[in-house]
Amino acid sequence: MLCDDCKKNQACVHLTQITNTQKIDKHLCEECAKKYGELIFNVDQKFSVDDFLAGMFNNGSIDNSQMKVMTCPNCGMTYRDFSRTGKIGCNVCYTTFAKKLEPLLRRIHGASSHIGKVPKRSGGQIELKQRIKQMRNTLANHVTNEEYEQAAKLRDEIKEIEKEFHEGE
Amino acid sequence: MSQAELFIKPLTSWMDGSGIDSDIVLSSRVRLARNICQIPFPNRANIAQLSKVEENVEEIIPELAEATGKTYQSMSIDKLSTLERNVLVEKHMISSNHIMNPENRLVIVSEDDKISIMVNEEDHLRIQCMVSGLDLGATLEMASKIDDTIEAKLDIAFTEDMGYLTSCPTNLGTGLRASVMMHLPGLVFTRQINKIMNASTQLGLAVRGLYGEGSEVIGNIFQISNQLTLGFSEQETIDNLTSAVLEIMTHERAARKALYAQSPDVVSDKVWRSYGVLKYARTITGNEALALLSEVRMGIDLNIIHNVPAKVFNELLVSSRGNYLQNLKDNGNLSPNEIDRQRAAMIREVLMNGSND
Repeated sequence: MLCDDCKKNQACVHLTQITNTQKIDKHLCEECAKKYGELIFNVDQKFSVDDFLAGMFNNGSIDNSQMKVMTCPNCGMTYRDFSRTGKIGCNVCYTTFAKKLEPLLRRIHGASSHIGKVPKRSGGQIELKQRIKQMRNTLANHVTNEEYEQAAKLRDEIKEIEKEFHEGE
Repeated sequence: MSQAELFIKPLTSWMDGSGIDSDIVLSSRVRLARNICQIPFPNRANIAQLSKVEENVEEIIPELAEATGKTYQSMSIDKLSTLERNVLVEKHMISSNHIMNPENRLVIVSEDDKISIMVNEEDHLRIQCMVSGLDLGATLEMASKIDDTIEAKLDIAFTEDMGYLTSCPTNLGTGLRASVMMHLPGLVFTRQINKIMNASTQLGLAVRGLYGEGSEVIGNIFQISNQLTLGFSEQETIDNLTSAVLEIMTHERAARKALYAQSPDVVSDKVWRSYGVLKYARTITGNEALALLSEVRMGIDLNIIHNVPAKVFNELLVSSRGNYLQNLKDNGNLSPNEIDRQRAAMIREVLMNGSND
């Protein structure tokens, strides 16, 4: 008999769950039963966002054996730790597990990238880059509105900043 | 406020009932999550790494004082008694998460209580700023200034696309959680609160109880906060939240007015009865106290009760809590019945001193 939940592995655990009004019978494989175990025996434990995240790690689209042994060089976090805790180990993990994290981040935040504050000291270049991006948008608006005088002024300003940007690189 | 006062004074300056729209909005707060490059996040760091974070942050305190013009005190959570830790949670100065593993955890508090920096909570740094009433702009400005001062000294984990890197991926981006504590008895009594909660969720806002994530709603107090942190600038985030709060406030005011216009006798009877119970009860549970206090507060706002200042409600929000009462008596082993008795005595005393009759 196959597991009722994942429908992949052989079922070896028979679970009976009785709530106030109903009784649920399930045949589960060892993996799936583990998840139920945590839910059933720690009734006091609050269900938190981490549980959701851990679940998302497990159900990601990329799943291969190579990923499973991957370890973060900075903090030693493994992919397995990830799918258990739903928490990230250090800032380097974001690069180490970038491929695996991408679909997860898309699910939480949509296809967005950061807009907003940039650290002044370490992020000086990024701030300039963002400013140039914003100014280019305004420039395009000026052109569509045929405000050529303002557009020309802005174009010169952008050139100035771009020069500054390349010097900083 | 000195360390000793912090645990026994019920009112914090960011919940003293002053500020804009403070009849409905009790307080506004923002929190920024920041981490230091290369050091593993607190859930993964070892003791040496955790204490390195502590050291690094404590070294910056003089600069923080200079930049903000306030003085700060740093407290190690494991040096505080269990009761004191819980009082800080009840006063919303730290999260309940912060006292789970007290070793190598710090809290840095400004003298006016408006700023608290948790060190080694879920992230290395959690900068919190709070003010009374509705003013998220002021809190963001304050938090940002502290962030700048810290960033000038420490390498903060950041990437161009993902923004500030955080231990939990739900905080990525700005690392900003803005939240507003609202007293909404009108919407609860007219059974509209569920509609508001559903609408808020659709706008990307979370509605929670008095003590944030996972806490139940008591005393008709709700915390409304932003959910998304990536793809919105800090200003956009607080503007969105503020406009939602203003909208909810309009509904709350309308609900209260309608309630009172429709059945003035029922409302004033309910309000006065609650006042009577609070004034004369000899034993009362925490939840009952907050439920009744909420009704009295609504009575004050509706001009039904004149002789009690509104501030009393804010004060009792803290001073009727179990850990606060036990800490005041310097006894962590009070039985629930004894706490209920102390609570009733505390409420009687505050109402007696506060009322003008």
